[in-house]
Amino acid sequence: MNILVSVKRVPLTGGKIVLTDDERAISTRHLGFTISPHEECAAEEAVRLIEQHGGSSTVLTLGPPEAEEQLRDVMAIGVDRAIHLVTDDQEWDPQATAGAIVDAVRAQEEPYDLLLFGNESADAGNYQVAIRVAHALGLPCVTGVKAIALADGGLRCEQEVPGGRDVYVVPMPAVVTVKEGLNLPRYPSVPGRLRAKRKPVEASNPTRPEPQLEMLRLVLPVGSGKQVQVLGQGPEAAPAVVAVLEELGVI
Amino acid sequence: MTALVFLESRDDEVSRQAVAFASQLGEPVSAVSIGGAYAPRAWGQALAAAVQEREASSILGPGSERGNEVLAHAAAALDRPMAANCVSLTPGQPARVRRLRWGGSLLEEAVVHGAPLILTVAPHVVEAAAEVEVTELEAGADADVQVRERVRADGGGVSLADASVVVSGGRGVGSAEGFAVIEELAELLGAAVGCSRAVTMAGWRPHTDQVGQTGTKIAPDIYIACGISGATQHMAGAKGAKKLLAINPDAEASIFTSADYAVIGDLHEVVPAISNEIRKTRGS
Repeated sequence: MNILVSVKRVPLTGGKIVLTDDERAISTRHLGFTISPHEECAAEEAVRLIEQHGGSSTVLTLGPPEAEEQLRDVMAIGVDRAIHLVTDDQEWDPQATAGAIVDAVRAQEEPYDLLLFGNESADAGNYQVAIRVAHALGLPCVTGVKAIALADGGLRCEQEVPGGRDVYVVPMPAVVTVKEGLNLPRYPSVPGRLRAKRKPVEASNPTRPEPQLEMLRLVLPVGSGKQVQVLGQGPEAAPAVVAVLEELGVI
Repeated sequence: MTALVFLESRDDEVSRQAVAFASQLGEPVSAVSIGGAYAPRAWGQALAAAVQEREASSILGPGSERGNEVLAHAAAALDRPMAANCVSLTPGQPARVRRLRWGGSLLEEAVVHGAPLILTVAPHVVEAAAEVEVTELEAGADADVQVRERVRADGGGVSLADASVVVSGGRGVGSAEGFAVIEELAELLGAAVGCSRAVTMAGWRPHTDQVGQTGTKIAPDIYIACGISGATQHMAGAKGAKKLLAINPDAEASIFTSADYAVIGDLHEVVPAISNEIRKTRGS
């Protein structure tokens, strides 16, 4: 089978978010980058499915030139090749992102049997790119998936819901968005990293359409204004902790 | 013009909040639900058809998994933008919204161009509407994408999402075995055990224990976070906690900026001491 997994380069935010002066991005002067957590599981699942059933896998990203680092990271765990839709670091809205992905998918010689996405990106959290891609390509889409298995020529997907899991069986080709917990992603090995350096990256520069969901600026939420009460240092603080728990009616 | 509001079900709390949120548009609100097995694409198409048929100004829905999914299908069918998880709205042509990013650790101000306006409402930003008249919308069948069956979860243990007390461990726990002290305290308090993403990535605990943006969102009366630094990924899942007690050896750890109570120290010493103190108090 032929699998595409789409990922997004996002900053590793740590404990405190600082904005750039123009308030249109997170200041990343002291930050590293990664892909969204759900997408790490999507990439791992792509590699596992190819290991089990044979075929080839491709990782796609729409992002600045630096996002090649994330493509190499994903190829280091075993994905075969990459498509880089290179942007100039401006934000693309979900419709524009989906449109560029659809164009890239249509331009491939071999059609994909499965298009994997994260359920939502860690940063923008728009919850819609995969659904728009599925719609444009006329494919079925299942979201928030925590278990995938091939079944009777189709795909059996389990989606976590309050109280259990809902089961879908969809024909392929299909679009599936996954959530963290689907699997435990492997760490790339050193040989895997070396191989990734030589794997092909097909780069192109799509044109950004005018945004329909147009971000104006980012705003940090107002702090809780909480004043922390220090109950003590080390184990000697235990009686003070128990006093608080009693006061709160927990014990 | 009317505002169409999609309800996940007639009595769904977050959906009724979306109804209340829609009243800001100053138009009659038409609340609709859809019956039968859940079929996201067909439901989204039914909403898209209804908005055109009724010449509605907008489609709103709950900022839940299903609300976001169904409205995204409607938006895709109409080829219109959708703003997910909005916390405020300034009606107009075009409308402006403020919406959640990073699981709520950051907000975005955005313009939503064109019509109809499609948005979902983040949970718990407004009170739910008390009286809602709901009409049922018919959706066509979708042979490919619909729920075939529901597998029930085993009911064992305290559910993390509903627990009134949660005790979590982070990277500072150091190992899977290190969680024994966390489990001991949790058992004494009748609490659920949680953990940070660093812990699940290390394979020390299952992902079902993970509190955070990509894990479980908790809302306990008190959250006891042990050896957790307080990354935004984790705090996005812990915002619902009424009180936060943080135990960390690093007095500069960012978790202390959102904590109500702090103990500066090594969890491996502090947590067993708290457990002992509880047993002493109970006289056992």
